Amino acid sequence: MEFGLSEEQTLLQDSVNRFLDAQVPLDRVRAFSEQPDDQDIWQGLTELGIPGLLIPESAGGVGMGCLDAALVAEALGHHVTPSTFLGTVVMAPLALAYAGADQDELLARIASGQTRVGVAVGDAVAARQDAGITSAGSRLTGKAIFAMDCPADYYLVADSRQRLFLVAADAAGLTCQGLPTIDRTRRTAELTFDATPAQLLSDDPEVFARTVDAGRVMLAADTLGAAQNMLDQAVEYAKQREQFNRPIASFQAVKHMCAEMAAELEPCRAMIWYAGHALDELPEEARLTACHAKAHLAEVGKLVAKTATEVHGGMGFTDLVGLHYWFKRIGFNRQMLGAPELVREEAARLQGLVA
Amino acid sequence: MDLSYGPEYETFRDEVRAFIETHRDQAPSSESLRSEKALAWQRLLIEHGYTARTIPEAYGGHGAQPDILKSRIIAEEFASARVNAGLGGQGISMLVPTLLEMGTEEQKQQFIPATLRGEMVWCQGYSEPGAGSDLASLRTSAVLDGDEWVINGQKIWTSTAHLADWIFCLVRTEPEAPKHKGISFLLFRMDTPGIEVRPLVDMTGIANFNEVFFTDVRVPKHQIVGQRGDGWLVANAILGHERDSLGDPNATLTRLNALTEMMKTEHVGGERLIDNPAYRDRLMKLQGRVMAMRFNDLRILSAKINNSDAHLARMIVKLQGTELRHELEGLGVDVLGELGLAYGKSPYLRDGGSWQRHYMFFLGLIIGGGTSQIQKNIISERGLGMPKEPKFEKAI
Repeated sequence: MEFGLSEEQTLLQDSVNRFLDAQVPLDRVRAFSEQPDDQDIWQGLTELGIPGLLIPESAGGVGMGCLDAALVAEALGHHVTPSTFLGTVVMAPLALAYAGADQDELLARIASGQTRVGVAVGDAVAARQDAGITSAGSRLTGKAIFAMDCPADYYLVADSRQRLFLVAADAAGLTCQGLPTIDRTRRTAELTFDATPAQLLSDDPEVFARTVDAGRVMLAADTLGAAQNMLDQAVEYAKQREQFNRPIASFQAVKHMCAEMAAELEPCRAMIWYAGHALDELPEEARLTACHAKAHLAEVGKLVAKTATEVHGGMGFTDLVGLHYWFKRIGFNRQMLGAPELVREEAARLQGLVA
Repeated sequence: MDLSYGPEYETFRDEVRAFIETHRDQAPSSESLRSEKALAWQRLLIEHGYTARTIPEAYGGHGAQPDILKSRIIAEEFASARVNAGLGGQGISMLVPTLLEMGTEEQKQQFIPATLRGEMVWCQGYSEPGAGSDLASLRTSAVLDGDEWVINGQKIWTSTAHLADWIFCLVRTEPEAPKHKGISFLLFRMDTPGIEVRPLVDMTGIANFNEVFFTDVRVPKHQIVGQRGDGWLVANAILGHERDSLGDPNATLTRLNALTEMMKTEHVGGERLIDNPAYRDRLMKLQGRVMAMRFNDLRILSAKINNSDAHLARMIVKLQGTELRHELEGLGVDVLGELGLAYGKSPYLRDGGSWQRHYMFFLGLIIGGGTSQIQKNIISERGLGMPKEPKFEKAI
């Protein structure tokens, strides 16, 4: 019995963290928020083999698992890394694998970092009144809002019946319009389809659901990393900042805020490990743990984002310290692919608790 | 990640299950702890190594090598079969490990076997009215008079004092020394003249605790564990044991399942409780939190097997575990509406009134065993490296 990370997994996470420590300081994040170009970061991640993480070795990838991917997501969240990940590295390769699609050529291009895949499945998770996609044969019509990892070379798209399609960026009738959100470390877009030719990957709702499960665990892992960094920053700031002739870290009011954050966050680490492991190895538990990981990290992330900002006092509210990048990233992770109430209702339904 | 226990352990699990199946008729219910049935069951469990497992045979234990997974399997199987897993109490869980570490050979022989067999019941005399979170400021005094300690003072929160044969007690023996260095750890009989036990009824309506008063209680000089003035060190070795056991997520999971069951069967306005979306969301929120604490528990277990310390993961268990349990029991009260008020011998009790009783009892556990606020001090200072609050100089 071993509930923890292997040496290989620790090394993987360390190598990503080292690269991001060196190449993605806060100034780089700020620059991206003005000029959203992540080519240098993606290049560095490609040198570490990240694009092919979940792609089999036979298709040019590294052949690792979802727990490994969650560890990378945690590192990316820790550094509020402005880079494609969720669609290109996780959801697209997994959807292709779950669908049993014969796409080795595309997978090889993804693994080499040449091809990126955006993901537009949010409307199939929770249908909006002003968006949604219908399919007729292999043609898509409608609008997907809050597509992630955009613009890209391909898009993974779900229609209103949770059928998954792959669409080339240059397909006829497709437009991609950038959509600003509060989180300026992620690139989201609105995709409009007008009888756009698409390739059906799977009409099995289970393939869609498994792909979403993985996406949820990755968003939760991203929150774990981001929240841990906010807590670390808060503790460090409290030790430096003096008022009433003593570091504010010596005031019980401040210490207890930090202890509460740590007490909520620490069990989340084990939860992410388990949820990542379950995606690969425990099919019967995977969906329920993914739902709970997504919802629970959303709640703990929200608490940490608020509390860590408060520990910084007025500075936390400014752009100078830049804490708001983490605050907003945690907010993004909370709302995407199912906000906590929605995901918990799904957890209840899975257990037959909804009439 | 490897969540399997492995074939050796699965065989062991089968053995434990077979034992429980064969012998469960001999197990006492939890109410009859001092009965001959309970004592016989305890002896049987020791003989098979299902309790007192790693305590040397020379002291009446089973004498097995420590094996964390086997201990875990035993606990899991007895819990899931709802069969009494042997005697607990502060003598077995706290005094025995302390004596093994700090006691003299004579003390080990005198106290450990009888305690394990359930023939010698103990209570713990630590807290005082003026010494709660600041335990080291305790003032019950022991003064040496010839070959005897003469003890005067008062203890409080002393569970099982009314049932105990003996007490392990912290007393101040060196009034001139700094407060942590003036304490000694004494053992004495509860029927010694000068001891008065008064039950302390708490908000649940039950006397879970007592107050104990000492007036010129005379105790033989040699009934001390460790040296004079070492009592704080001796006591701290076992306080760690106590904290580890408060807030166990597996017990909380059992209650979560019971709550889910009740919400599926109990109806209000023709609807099952679980059909109320607000209640359902609160239940699911708790399920997520229990899940996180269970995985945290597995992480701690795995670290123990590897002889490492999960540090922060372990440090937060008492705080998070007791708060979570209190909140879970509170949802049980809330979903019952007016029925959540029924108490005592009310004909409208659900699950025997356990939701109401536990909701209050677990508030007691949030406070007892190191309050949540003391836990937060420990987490911030030892876990996060934040400085202590500056100390006030003694009043002028």
